[in-house]
Amino acid sequence: MNSTNIPSHSHGKDFVGRNLFDLDDWSAEDIQVVLEATKIMKEVNKRDYKKLPTLRGKTVCTLFFENSTRTLMSFELAADRLSADIVRFSANASSLHKGESLQDTVYTVDAMGIDLYIIRHSYPGSPQLVNKYTGKPVLNAGDGPHAHPTQALLDIFSIWERTGTLKGLKITIVGDIAHSRVVRSNLIGMKKMGAEVTICGPSTLMPGYMEEVYGCKVEHDLKTALKDADAVMGLRMQLERQSEGLFPSLEEYSKLFTLSSETMKYAKKDALILHPGPMNRGVEILPDIADSKQSVILEQVTNGVAVRMALLFLILGGKM
Amino acid sequence: MILIKNGFVYTIDKKTNRQNSLRSASFNKMDVLIDDNLIVKVANTIDENCETIDAHDKYVFPGFIDLHTHLRDPGQTNKEDIYSGTRAAAKGGWTTVCAMPNTDPVVDNISTVEYLKRKAKDIGACKVLVIGAMTKKSEGKEIAEIANMLESGIIAVSDDGNCIQNTKIMYNVMKYVSKFNIPIIDHCEDYFLSGKGQVNSGRMSTKLGLSGIPALAEEIVISRDIMLSESTGCRLHIAHISTKKSVELIRQAKAKGVKITTEVTPHHLLLNENECVNFDTNTKVKPPLRTQDDVDACLTGLLDGTIDFIATDHAPHSDFEKEKEFSIAPYGINSLETAFAALYSGLVLKDKISLSFLIGKLSTSPAHFLQLNCGAIEEGMAADITISDLQKDICFTPDTMMSKSNNTPYLNKSLKGRITKTICEGNTTWEDRD
Repeated sequence: MNSTNIPSHSHGKDFVGRNLFDLDDWSAEDIQVVLEATKIMKEVNKRDYKKLPTLRGKTVCTLFFENSTRTLMSFELAADRLSADIVRFSANASSLHKGESLQDTVYTVDAMGIDLYIIRHSYPGSPQLVNKYTGKPVLNAGDGPHAHPTQALLDIFSIWERTGTLKGLKITIVGDIAHSRVVRSNLIGMKKMGAEVTICGPSTLMPGYMEEVYGCKVEHDLKTALKDADAVMGLRMQLERQSEGLFPSLEEYSKLFTLSSETMKYAKKDALILHPGPMNRGVEILPDIADSKQSVILEQVTNGVAVRMALLFLILGGKM
Repeated sequence: MILIKNGFVYTIDKKTNRQNSLRSASFNKMDVLIDDNLIVKVANTIDENCETIDAHDKYVFPGFIDLHTHLRDPGQTNKEDIYSGTRAAAKGGWTTVCAMPNTDPVVDNISTVEYLKRKAKDIGACKVLVIGAMTKKSEGKEIAEIANMLESGIIAVSDDGNCIQNTKIMYNVMKYVSKFNIPIIDHCEDYFLSGKGQVNSGRMSTKLGLSGIPALAEEIVISRDIMLSESTGCRLHIAHISTKKSVELIRQAKAKGVKITTEVTPHHLLLNENECVNFDTNTKVKPPLRTQDDVDACLTGLLDGTIDFIATDHAPHSDFEKEKEFSIAPYGINSLETAFAALYSGLVLKDKISLSFLIGKLSTSPAHFLQLNCGAIEEGMAADITISDLQKDICFTPDTMMSKSNNTPYLNKSLKGRITKTICEGNTTWEDRD
């Protein structure tokens, strides 16, 4: 084992047993520790033998009440690499269809002896409930449009890894802001790390008071929003929003908001391109940009596993 | 006979006009004599050899009157029933509550009205007045048998919990009701605008990723109702007003002479949307807790008479119903037991309103609105009396709640202003044994 050094606390606040509902409760120092730990985990993942024995005997439960490919795989792989046992609850195959409440479901699962929960749910605040019901630490893997803190941490890591710091960086996030948990968590995290964030999207997909609540800039014109950006993130446009009457057509949407080599000219040369996936190529992002040298979209996926390893390691008290 | 001695008695200034809802009142050390169900004498000193209540250092109020109570009976008695709801009322100092008709079945016909009246008389711990539905099953389609229910003694009609979206139907209901001397009580909400809204549309909905209920959803329907009232001449009472603009709309309508009144709940006078930040489902209510600006405007409206009185919108829900994800928990706050202490602690003790003003808005004004022989401690009035020890704390715990439900944001919190005794028509309905 390398002489790696991951602190178990930052500024006196222990990581062990902590919840990650959102990044509100995690300070810039905490986030910095996560970034450093992620870097170490990423190195582990490059090895031939990608496994640490540190969480042997711990049981992690993934409670996924909503479909997910990458986040679920990423979390399960992360737990696997740290040698934790994983038990998966997926809503489709469960008694939820028999009308069991979240409360009863969680009580039942908890009776099997779980050390940490990872939950994805379409209702905001569900992670807090799981913690209330079990007293166990809970990692939020996305709760409705509210928060997706591990995604934000991997996004922040993906930028930080390239730039060394987020201080003073101009980051622009484009798309359906209203329904995005990714943007909300990123706004909190990126601001804490010192970046200036601009968000951009159609007015019907832009919630009120964003400037006031998150201290970000709001633009409705893509070119203005992209001006001098160091990093640009596109958000998935959920196709059903069109039928909800929030914008007239995908064609008109992409005309105004798509990230392309054309629109990216307004950003800084070599500005990083991010996307939390899954992408709608041709809608919010064009292939020439998604697959360009500037794009870190696949790197984000790689980093996702490392970030989640770092979090599990810190919260479950892993030892190097 | 019962004699209440040495208390500070709520005394309405005799010189002011009885019709004026802004009558001033004060507290004077007096004795109050009750014979059977009436107050027979109020004087500096009364000596009478009868049951005597020592109210030394305590305050003596006319019993509170709630125009907006969900007793959940019939059909939703896991949440509350007439027995528990009226006992919660008595504990909170209420001697009259008006039962909202959105039960299961809906109170839209004589037999349900009679059921409520009989049950309340048999087992109730306060007077229960009945509000009938405006439309059959409160479905907003056909006018309910309002004249029939009126014969059984309903005091108003309302489809509370539902808001008639079809303006033509609302127009017909108001035109029909305009010929009877009762108000319609409207829950104002445009369902297209409120949608699946969970909290106020604003900073909190943005922050929590919950869908929002815009202020506009309430204001647009109030505007509509004002115009319908002008056109039909129907008495219009707006339920649980919650936004600054709503207060302004009603202020303007009153100035124009529209027959409009309104109420505000304790929670819309005391709490803002920030209460929802921890996803506490006991803060989930319709209309939602709004901004501090709205809260301030409601208080201003209450102070200047735009808002006529306070009503609780007591909306009990069982623990198992509220112990859910915020997005699927039912709307409603349990309020009968907490209302006085919350308002006293939050407004009177913070010098925002006077105690006598508060009592006016909990008792005198609603009594005036309903034309009841109560709301004052005067000779000939009903013996509906609430005695409070203002110094004493009260803590609301599941063990001590008289309501069947515990869904209050004040759960496990302590407030000042304890009701020590409630007397309804001469009978003791609540006695603090602590």
